[in-house]
Order: sequence, then structure tokens, then C-alpha cells
Amino acid sequence: MPTARNADARRIRRAASAKGRTARVKRGRRSPLATVALLAIGLMFTGGAYALFSASPSDNGAVAASQENVERGQKLFAANCATCHGLALEGTEAGPTLLGVGAASVDFQVGTGRMPLMNQSPQAPVKPVQFTEEDTQALADYVASLAPGPAIPSAEYLQADGDATHGAELFRINCAMCHNVAGAGGALTEGKYAPELHEVTPQHIYEAMLTGPQNMPVFNDANITPEDKRDIITSLVYMRENPSPGGFELGSLGPVAEGLFAWVFGIGALVALAVWLTARSN
Amino acid sequence: MTTTDTRTAPAADRAKSGGVTGALSNYIDERTSISVAVKEFGRKIFPDHWSFMLGEVALYSFVVILLSGSFLTFFFQASMAEVEYSGSYVPLKGLEMSAAMASALDISFDIRGGLLMRQVHHWAALLFIASIGLHMLRIYFTGAFRKPRELNWVIGFVLFILAMAEGFTGYSLPDDLLSGNGLRIIDGMVKGIPVVGTWISYLLFGGEFPGTQIIGRLYTLHILLLPAIIVALIALHLVFVVVHKHTQYPGPGKTNENVIGYPVLPVYAAKAGGFFFIVFGVIAFMAAFFTINPIWNYGPYDPSPVSAGTQPDWYIGFADGALRLVPPHLEFVLWDHTFSWNIILPIAVLGLFIVTVMVYPFIEAWVTGDKREHHLLDRPRNAATRTAIGAAGVSFYAVLWAAASSDIIATHFKLAMEHVIHVLQFLLIVGPFIAFYVTKRICLALQKKDREIALHGYESGRIVRLPGGEFIEVHQQLDEYERWKLVSYNDYQPLMIRPGVDGKISSLQRVRASVSRWFFEDRIEPVSQTELDHSHGHGHAAVAGSPDQYQSVESGSGSAGGAPHAH
Repeated sequence: MPTARNADARRIRRAASAKGRTARVKRGRRSPLATVALLAIGLMFTGGAYALFSASPSDNGAVAASQENVERGQKLFAANCATCHGLALEGTEAGPTLLGVGAASVDFQVGTGRMPLMNQSPQAPVKPVQFTEEDTQALADYVASLAPGPAIPSAEYLQADGDATHGAELFRINCAMCHNVAGAGGALTEGKYAPELHEVTPQHIYEAMLTGPQNMPVFNDANITPEDKRDIITSLVYMRENPSPGGFELGSLGPVAEGLFAWVFGIGALVALAVWLTARSN
Repeated sequence: MTTTDTRTAPAADRAKSGGVTGALSNYIDERTSISVAVKEFGRKIFPDHWSFMLGEVALYSFVVILLSGSFLTFFFQASMAEVEYSGSYVPLKGLEMSAAMASALDISFDIRGGLLMRQVHHWAALLFIASIGLHMLRIYFTGAFRKPRELNWVIGFVLFILAMAEGFTGYSLPDDLLSGNGLRIIDGMVKGIPVVGTWISYLLFGGEFPGTQIIGRLYTLHILLLPAIIVALIALHLVFVVVHKHTQYPGPGKTNENVIGYPVLPVYAAKAGGFFFIVFGVIAFMAAFFTINPIWNYGPYDPSPVSAGTQPDWYIGFADGALRLVPPHLEFVLWDHTFSWNIILPIAVLGLFIVTVMVYPFIEAWVTGDKREHHLLDRPRNAATRTAIGAAGVSFYAVLWAAASSDIIATHFKLAMEHVIHVLQFLLIVGPFIAFYVTKRICLALQKKDREIALHGYESGRIVRLPGGEFIEVHQQLDEYERWKLVSYNDYQPLMIRPGVDGKISSLQRVRASVSRWFFEDRIEPVSQTELDHSHGHGHAAVAGSPDQYQSVESGSGSAGGAPHAH
């Protein structure tokens, strides 16, 4: 991989992102027209930047964010997403603005099937993915072309080859209170929940930490560095790939599942055997 | 029996007939007189019923716990000294943890058979307490706690509490994240006790939680003090079972004065011995195939993280549930002390609940005024109010129990956690009343059905036209054995208020009378002999049943202490 070029691209994106942030902060005090103007400028800057350094905007090099791809994404967006998020990504009452959410967020939300949203419920559930990988990429490119935001993570952090001990410790401290120590998921308030992590791909885990989807807080690179994120992914992948040494895990739900199993299977079997032992005399 | 024969036989014959076994048993008997005990105990009769084996399940799982626990003590380090984990579980390698956690991990990963033993120990513990609970329910609903067995009920109840204490101390020993959170909750509850709470907490933990003492202290309790008390109480419990004789279900030939069943030797010795291995086998199967308490997932205890889905083992769940259901904002400050009613209230309610369970036999004896011995069990329907109280207690416990898993209920049934909590809060109060009412009505209805069947037999569905043109349905009458079960039970009536020696009626007497009225106001009286005679006398399609048969029913009931037809 041409790492120097990657670094360049990142630096420029970071600069662009800083500019975008100031623009958003000021937007509240300006007229709607100014927003449009700023949008246009932002579009020109970022679009231009992406067009210039478009060798591998997503770093995983699947599809280049070509102008063609962005246009395809725009059409897909208008057809599938704009009802709620607005034609210019400005957001409506039904959905938040997508300006500045970045390609990572689009890839996570669309790539896990959460978007397009099925209905307005406390939380968007994971469901069968609605778009092909190319279409998802096109949507991500389109959204990222309008305003800067977190990019799809570089493949080097997704190999699950980090320090599992450190990752597991970080996971227990930062993630386990919602997702459970074994990544089995957990309940939040008002019908929301932290989903289980057994099936989630490393890329989506990384993107979730980076963008904080739904009720999840954002764990940005200053909070948890990309290396730390890699370690967390490593520990989760280790847990997934190494089945429990103790046997079937009963959903990794802890004492509730264990107690239920002891009562239903254990006591059930023993009572059945006791009935069998005394059956003849009665 | 052969033992007694050989004792009187000449030595030469004995050597010929008994061989080595005979000579050996004689050698032992001449020095210990053990044949007396074998003769006495070997001929002891026990009745046969599956529900009588629940206590055995508890006993055998306890033996399994002792065996596996002894294995674990060889390798476990009850120390909170900081060490760096260097065992073979990769995601914890190099992490600082207590020696207790590190040794528990070594048992799991680096000692041959260690993980199996850990899982045997833990599964057996869950089954131990579960089978005690079921055993207690059987005792309760069949009235086996009545005189002369009240004290044995109390002993059994204390064993149940001690078993929970054993469970909790053992659960905390590995010093993993999950059990550390459990200890923190206990610490919080202790600190919630007004005035003395903080003192007790510091005493218990040897300073501020978690300190460096608690694992060692829990270990002493877990492997020394509590097991010693439990073993002693189990021995006492079993001695009482032998002294009292085992209870039996009502049935043909079974009276208050006899025990119908099989002798210990050879039947029960073999049966119980075999059942031990069955219990051991079930536990070993569970331990071999199903993970329990994966401490390697939880990691070492650290006071900062708390995992979602943190629950105690099932038997402490009801206490956890009480903490989850108590409404918020109940604390207030008085004289510089915070009174956390959201902690004091659950402790008080649970304390009241378990003390009521413990003293229930005495309450019921006081209410009924019954001083007779009872060796025949009640069918639950025939003690409607007791059964209904039991059902109310079970539903109260069950709601608290469910509340401990409120978060898992919410995620798995796609509900909002708040709704789950509010529904359970409602059920905690209302559920026992519904359970009481429904159960009592079901019991009374079943009694009515029994009465109907005893008097008129089963509907056979055969319609006969009499010569006069009348249609009748032929009822299939019960034989006397079946009827015996339906008509022979104790019938209690509300106590009458009577003035004492001083001619006054004390308020205690009034309370007793009103409770007694509440117990026995709604009741179905057992079928009396007159009713039976009358029912079959007017020739209402009595197919089976001659006066002779009723006579024999009566003589059967006469031998029972319950004296069902006395009223």
C-alpha cells in the first residue's frame, strides 16, 4: 500500500474536517441562505479534495469515490434516504441531518441493514442488508462528498492482530456496561438496547466506535486511539473464534441462563429420573 | 437377617456357610455389635414416591460439592495479593490480578480436569439449592411439617439459608468482575443499615471496600465454618427422619400408625446408592457440556467496570429483584444520618418473608389447635387455605426472582425495561392475592369433585332405560381403595371463642379465632358414612357397592388417627 499517499489523504481530510466543524458551529446564527452557500463551498472543497486525492478514499480500496460513483450515490440517496434525511442531507423531522456523519457512519448504518429504517421505533434493529456493497459504497461516497466526516477505517486496524489482553481490558471498562463482558448485549432505557456483538464484522465495530450510532457514545481517536480500537476488535474476534473452553455458552448471558438451565434441564432431568425410579411400585 | 442367624450358629457351620464374608462380618460384629444397628436400620421401612427423593437429590449434590470442592482447595489460592497472570489464556495474559483470580484461571486452563471440577462444583451448587427449594415445597404443600416434624422443618430451613450463604461465599471467591460486583451490592446493602452499617462494612472488608482481606475471610467461611455446620445439621435432619419415621401419602392400608414401603436393606440401600450415581452423572454431564461462570470472560475484579447483565446466581436473585423493584427516592437525612429506605425496605420485607416461612408450622399449629401427630400427608387440595398461602408465597418469590433478570427479559422479549419493572412491581403486590384466591378456589373445586365422585362414582356414559320407561345414566362406583383416598382427610372447623378461667375472652383469643375463621370458613367437609350410605341406599344406579363394602371402608378409617368420620 502507498502509505505516504494515505497519510497525505488523511491529513487533508483532517484539515477539511476542522473547517467543516467551524462551519457547522456558525450555522445556527446565519440565515438559511448562508447554509446553502456554505454547503456549496463545503461541497466544492471536499468534493474537490476527494476528486484530487481519490486514489483510495475509503482506504480499503474497494471502489474509488469517482465522480460517477458519487452521482450514483446521489441517485440512490434521493430514491431511498431523502424522504427522511432531506434531499440535501439537511434532515427532516423524521430523520437527522447527515452532513458531516462521514462515510463510516453510512457504511455502518446501511451495511448492517439498520438503514433504511423499517419503522419509527426506539431503536433501529439489525436486519437483512438492503443494498449491495457497491451501492453502499456509492451512498457513503455521496454523503462524504457533501461534508467531511469519519472515513471508513483503514484495513490495517481491522486484522484482529493486536493485543487481546489490552483490548479485553478496554472493552470491560468502556463497553461492557452496555454490551456485556462477553459481548452478549444488554438493555438500555425505554426499549433501547445495546446489541450483541458476536456477529458484527471488525469494520462495523470500528465504525460504531468512531461514529456512535443510535444510543452509543462516540469513541473518537483521542479517546480510544486507532491502536486501542484494533485491540478491542482483537479481543472480540478472539472470543468469537475461540469457543468457550467450558462447553456450550448458553448465550453468554451469565447467571440467569445458568439458573434457568439448572432448573429446567438439571432439576427436570433429576425429577424425571426419580419418577422413573419409583414408577413401578406406584 | 443373615447376620443374626450366623451369630447363634456354631463356628464350624458358620465358616462353611458364610465363607470369608461371614467370617469377616462376624469378626467385626463381635467387636462392634454393629449387627444391632444393621438389624434396626436395615429393616427400617421407607415409602416410595418420586417426591420423597427430592431431599435425596439435595443430599447427593451436596456430596458431589464436597468431593469437587476438596479437589479445588488443592489448587486455589485464597489471597488478594497482586500477581501478573502468566497462564495460558491469551486475552488475560500479563494482566495484574489477585492471586485468587489467577489460581482460579490456572484451575480452569492449566490443571488437568480443573475446569471440569470447577463446573461440577458450580452446577452441583445450583442443583443443591434448587433441590432444597423443591424439597421444601413438597414438605409444605403436603403438610409434612406438622407435629412432630416442626423442628425438622426449622432445621431444613436453616440448611436452605446456609446453602445460600455457601453459594454466595463461593461465588465471590474467584475475585472476578461479576462476583466483585455482587460483593459491592452486599457492601452497599450493609452500608444501608442505619447507624451501624458503615461499621459493619469496615469490619467485614477489613477497611474500605474491596480491601485486601475479604477473599481470605470468605474462604474460611466457605470451606470450614459453613460446611461444618451444614454437615452437622444434615446429620441431625436425617436422624430426625429416622426417629419420626417417614411420612406417606394417603392410600389403601396406609395409616398414621404404619409405614408402607420397602426396607432399607436391600431395596433402599441399593436404590439410594444408585440414585447417587445418577445425580452425579447428571451433574457431570452438565459440567462436561455446558459452561458455567466463565470467569475468563469477566476478567479480574476492578471496582470501575460493571457489565450489562450482571446478576447473582439464581438463589440470590430474589434479593437482587427486591432491590430492583423498590421505588426510587425513598431516602432522607435525619440527624446527619442518611436513611436509605430503598435498601432498608427490601431487607425488611425479605427478612419478614423468610422468617414467616421458618415459623409457618407453628403459626398453623396455633391456628388449628391441632395437637395430634400427623404421619399421613395431606393432599394439597384438602388443605385449601394452606395451599393457597403457599401459592401466594411462591408467586411473591417468583416475581422477585423474575425481577432480577428484568434487563434480560426486556432485551429478549423486546420490551422497555421500565415497563418490565412497573409490571413486576404491580405483580409483586397483586400477584400473591390473585394466586391465593385462584388456588383456594381450585382446591375447593377439586374437593367438591372428589366428594361428588366418592358419593356418586364416575359418569360411565351408559344410558339405561328402565322397564318403567325412565332413563338413567349408570355411574361407575369406586372401589373401596379408591374411595378411601377421597374420603379420609382431616376436617378442621373454625375455633370457637371460649372465655378463659377468669371468664374473659383475651384479645389473643379473638385474633386466633378470626385467623382460624379465615382459614376454615370455606371448606368442603369429607363425605361421612351416613352420606355414603344414603347416597348408595336410594338405589340411584348403584352398580357396584354393597353395604358390606362400606363397612370395610369404615373399619379402615377407624384405624387411621385422622378419624375422618368423627365429625
